[in-house]
Amino acid sequence: MTQPIISISGLEKAYGNGFRALKGVDLEIRKGEIFALLGPNGAGKTTLIGIVCGTVTPTGGQVLVDGKDVIRDYRATRGRIGLVPQELSIDGFERVYSTVRFSRGLFGKPPNPDHIEKVLKDLALWDKKDNQVRMLSGGMKRRVLIAKALAHEPDILFLDEPTAGVDVELRRDMWEMIRRLREAGTTIILTTHYLEEAEDMADRVGVINKGEIVLVEDKQALMSKLGRRQLSLQLAKPLDALPEALKGWSVDLNGGGNELVFNFDSASEHADIAALLRRLGELGIDFKDLHTRESSLEDIFVDLIRAPAA
Amino acid sequence: MNVYAIRAIYRQEMYRMWRTVLGSIFTPVITTSLYFVVFGAAIGSRMQPIDGVHYANFIVPGLIMMQLLTQGIFNASFGIHMPKFNGTIYEVLSAPVSPIEILVGYVGAAATKAVILGLIIMGVAWAFVPFHILHPFVMLAFLVVTALTFSLFGFAIGIWADGFDKLQVIPTMIVMPLTFLGGTFYSINMLPGFWRTVALFNPIVYLVNGFRWSFYGIADVTPLISLAFTGGFMLICLAVIYWMFRTGYKLKV
Repeated sequence: MTQPIISISGLEKAYGNGFRALKGVDLEIRKGEIFALLGPNGAGKTTLIGIVCGTVTPTGGQVLVDGKDVIRDYRATRGRIGLVPQELSIDGFERVYSTVRFSRGLFGKPPNPDHIEKVLKDLALWDKKDNQVRMLSGGMKRRVLIAKALAHEPDILFLDEPTAGVDVELRRDMWEMIRRLREAGTTIILTTHYLEEAEDMADRVGVINKGEIVLVEDKQALMSKLGRRQLSLQLAKPLDALPEALKGWSVDLNGGGNELVFNFDSASEHADIAALLRRLGELGIDFKDLHTRESSLEDIFVDLIRAPAA
Repeated sequence: MNVYAIRAIYRQEMYRMWRTVLGSIFTPVITTSLYFVVFGAAIGSRMQPIDGVHYANFIVPGLIMMQLLTQGIFNASFGIHMPKFNGTIYEVLSAPVSPIEILVGYVGAAATKAVILGLIIMGVAWAFVPFHILHPFVMLAFLVVTALTFSLFGFAIGIWADGFDKLQVIPTMIVMPLTFLGGTFYSINMLPGFWRTVALFNPIVYLVNGFRWSFYGIADVTPLISLAFTGGFMLICLAVIYWMFRTGYKLKV
């Protein structure tokens, strides 16, 4: 197993009003992976990121970045981390180039115009470098925030809802860039509401709910463990009732007797579908169309969050 | 020491001054010019000299001091309050910078601006009423120390304030009255006995008098006490800011 680049243990955060945003979170992030942190609004995602990056003070527990404590050794840890916040927090009167240059300096790096040029070009911002930030569209502002986070060449990048309010094409470019960063060895931790993105991009997925980590799993393993498949058959002739012979399957008769919907969990063998189709043939049930669907990360996520705390 | 960070903050803040040059330079210059015209030229011509100094000349150090205080507080409080207001403070908080580096960057820039403004106003004043500065180095020392002290004060206000109205409260409710009552336009020796004693509790009296002494060699209180007062106030501001950073007061959740 790869050595963790970030290890979080027993992390607690209670706010002044008694609200416990984090309840003893343990989490390890591996070097070089893309880790997607999922959870409903108010689950503690942003608080968790804030503590690692230094904008939120924890009330208990510990965070180590490459073995160094984020509070005691904050200079060493923060210098390696880039943070793209959820909100478009940026001074609109600054110009693109100077705000990115500012970020690099702030993080203690000597000036490097070549690097800044590269970052701005990668994010398709180079021709906007002399524009005031307030003149840019929302999607471009978000890219400026990413450019600021990359200005000091971090090897760990936090992206809090990076694609919120970004149009489809831009989002695709952004993921392309994130892939490139990962290839260059950057560890990426992101939160997103677009679960299909996590499904596309992440190596591992963590789900946080009400301040607790509900699950951390390799994405593939998660999909096959918790994923379900569904087979719907459009019948040639409607059925009045579900035939006795099919009662052994997990099946529903829908659409006024016109549709049979079978559910398989991923543990069931593929042979099941074949057996089912044979059985339908024996019963003389004809169908004119069929389609199958695998549950997405989104379904898995919704199930997890809805389930009573396990 | 993260020198690059100090430089980045300082440069960004100075850049903000040039960007808002109308407000940060021209406005105070015009305000002060009006004071010179009204009090110096119009009313001053009917006033008797104070301690042998012509009234128009008498008010020059106080007027410069007045702008130095106001602008020092304004620059620094605004400089740190803006990032809090628009959320960009996240970047400073997540950067590998120590509180001291943040302070040097923001307060250094605010004080620099105040000193530049003070010198510009001095030039404008000289155009109205030519004067001779008796102790130029003491004058500069007062200029720098006062700019620094009140920038520190403004920085603390900027962190404390959680809205733009609060940002204005202390400057307008406390600093402004103290400045007007601080002997800018008169010698406190002109006050009746009781009020003269009250005036001695006003820290601005010491600043204005110390500064005026460096110009004309006249003062209601000795310049050393003036300097001690300013230094003392600076230490208080530093202590408050140290506490704010240590506890994360209104900066971090």
